[in-house]
Amino acid sequence: MSIQVLMPALSPTMTEGTIAKWLKQVGDPIESGDVICEIETDKATMEVEAVDEGVLGKILVEEGTEGVLVNQPIAVILEEGEDASAADAVSAAPVPAREAPVEPTAVSSPEVSSAPTQPAEAPDPEYTGARVNQTIREALRDAMAEEMRTDERVFLMGEEVAQYQGAYKVSQGLLDEFGDKRVIDTPITEHGFAGLGVGAAFGGLKPIVEFMTFNFAVQALDQIINSAAKTRYMSGGQMSAPMVFRGPNGAAARVGAQHSQCYAAWYAHVPGLKVVAPWSGEDAKGLLKAAIRDENPVVVLENEMLYGQSFDVPSDPDFVVPIGKAKIERAGIDVTITAYSISVGLALQAAEQLAKEGIEAEVINLRSVRPLDTATIVSSVQKTNRLVNVEESWPTCGIGAEISARIMEEAFDYLDAPVKRVSCEDVPMPYAANLEALALPKPPQIVEAVKAVCYR
Amino acid sequence: MARATKSAAKKPAAKSKKSASKKSNDASPEELIEFYRKMLLIRRFEEKAGQLYGMGLIGGFCHLYIGQEAVVVGMKAASKAHDTVITSYRDHGHMIAYDMDPKGVMAELTGRRGGYSKGKGGSMHMFSREKNFFGGHGIVGAQMPLGTGLAFAHKYKNDGGVNHAYCGDGAINQGQIYEAFNMASLWKLPVVYVIENNKYGMGTSIERASAVTDLYKRGDSFGIPGKQVNGMDVVEVRAAAEEANDWCRSGKGPFILEMKTYRYRGHSMSDPAKYRSKEEVAKVRKETDPIDMLRDRIFSEKISDEAALKEIDKQVKVVVTAAAEFAQQSQEPDPSELFTDVYATA
Repeated sequence: MSIQVLMPALSPTMTEGTIAKWLKQVGDPIESGDVICEIETDKATMEVEAVDEGVLGKILVEEGTEGVLVNQPIAVILEEGEDASAADAVSAAPVPAREAPVEPTAVSSPEVSSAPTQPAEAPDPEYTGARVNQTIREALRDAMAEEMRTDERVFLMGEEVAQYQGAYKVSQGLLDEFGDKRVIDTPITEHGFAGLGVGAAFGGLKPIVEFMTFNFAVQALDQIINSAAKTRYMSGGQMSAPMVFRGPNGAAARVGAQHSQCYAAWYAHVPGLKVVAPWSGEDAKGLLKAAIRDENPVVVLENEMLYGQSFDVPSDPDFVVPIGKAKIERAGIDVTITAYSISVGLALQAAEQLAKEGIEAEVINLRSVRPLDTATIVSSVQKTNRLVNVEESWPTCGIGAEISARIMEEAFDYLDAPVKRVSCEDVPMPYAANLEALALPKPPQIVEAVKAVCYR
Repeated sequence: MARATKSAAKKPAAKSKKSASKKSNDASPEELIEFYRKMLLIRRFEEKAGQLYGMGLIGGFCHLYIGQEAVVVGMKAASKAHDTVITSYRDHGHMIAYDMDPKGVMAELTGRRGGYSKGKGGSMHMFSREKNFFGGHGIVGAQMPLGTGLAFAHKYKNDGGVNHAYCGDGAINQGQIYEAFNMASLWKLPVVYVIENNKYGMGTSIERASAVTDLYKRGDSFGIPGKQVNGMDVVEVRAAAEEANDWCRSGKGPFILEMKTYRYRGHSMSDPAKYRSKEEVAKVRKETDPIDMLRDRIFSEKISDEAALKEIDKQVKVVVTAAAEFAQQSQEPDPSELFTDVYATA
């Protein structure tokens, strides 16, 4: 049976072109791969290769013809032993390649929905088991150790995590307990070891990749986003990177612009990632354990300034903090303050001050910034009708901006005042002590913002 | 390292056909016929993909593998079932070589639910857990640290597996590859880095992109042995792959294979290929085409005759036609699929 050669599309956007030149003539034998003609588009001249074999039976569009539509037959190839008359039966009308695309049925996203959020579920029962007073760095270390004891696939890698015991001593003692197969000092090579960690996760392991600080993880951003976050989707659910990227995030003290930045909003932007930012010891241990157990890539944003602070931390190895659920740290009726990481402590300090002035603030520790526990925030705002977000990140496109938008979408009618954001100033972090202090959010600014939304 | 560099230097691609190592002559008649069938399947598959692209049935980017078939077919012939493989976006040939179903590959190209990624990955992003094929990656060079991580997992689990991580001569100038080389060598990870040197990174010839164009030497600073291989000769590729695999499996760490090859088509479908002459392409096709060379060998060694190979051609055509039909008949993904596979459920 004769074969029609159709005008090909040579780029995603091409709709028509010019037949510039026929390189084969009627009667010429054609082999698969032979260039039969050249076509011109507005961008380039391209060669058309035959995909089939036979003899060129007929040229349907003469060279020099412009505006030849994609999928219009341009020639006929006769198969072995076929008569030239077979070519005559073919018309030069374009063949529709496919039916017109069907308008996709609208489906709504489970995450960003225009429907009102369901009321928040009853809060998880408060942990009533044993607690031990320890620093955040100890809580993080115990979280890793406990999970490594129960799951052989879990290992820790990063700069100085093994012999040096951690640049911030978070991995103290782990090398001794688990050996150098599972606690691995890497070269200074963030992009490389992040990618290696993702590959190891593809291969069935559960890596904990420590970045000495998240400022250095920017070098590895491609592997975190393009490889870790997207592979489950791109593979139709066949593969994924169940792993943890962790390390200190945000401002330390007097280390200048390149070492003082909060990346919460950066990672929270990416579907496929989960992002948590612990404040208390309970958060640190419970969220890191949950992150290690999670089947998704989880970014754990710690804070260097909190590493040395002590809390009463649950000591039950089964204690985990569910990712995606916020915690109401302080109940109140007059205003809602949302915060994550170190800012939770600032918010609580501000709340104490406000209480003295007769304003009862409800402080929500977000714990997770992706998924964000919108339901808990909405239900609080329905009660308080006012919202202030506090974060150490820059304001533009920050978590506060996101919360503000969601509250407008989901609780607009409950607001008695515009949402206010308290954040780091919109400048690179200065080194000078006085300027650094001016750049970072502090309780007095939170108090001021709360008074503004309370019209006090 | 010096040893390997020397041995490789002694055996440049042009000479290697004659001085092929002992193993390269070991291919049995059945193996040669199977190599022929598989290379032809890749070529016909890619030609069909090009045709479907021209008809608007395949969208976006589509990077064809035509001309390079001997590389993956030879590499696969030396690999074991529990080995893993990862490559870049010019990946259709790899998937077919590693025994993935042409129907599933073609249906992914057309973006249908019958595709390997349910239509959500496309030409550059396909995977098969069953065949240990870990993609299909679109960021140039990123698959090399990932493959190194798969090798890390092989070693951690002590399962005896080796990873084959492929990249092109263009990708080899990405910095993260050298970060991966360093760790692979430092930790003696079982990974074969396969550099498919087809002479052009998109439109830039290797001479215009690389200060040193002998790419098998790129591991020198990390103590990784390298070897230059005639990537148009499937039997020689298989022999080199066996040598590299043995090296890795014996715990000596990574190995680099530079495959001298050539792609006949443009970088992607929309590449007019003005950076090289038609004569250059025609000369490679005429003189060193991997399929034609194998066919000549099959005839000269009287392993098979024209009629028998014609029969294989026919069978291959049937497989490719069936794949193309499946890829057009398979439905587009259900709209509900938009929101699945972002996170693990439960």
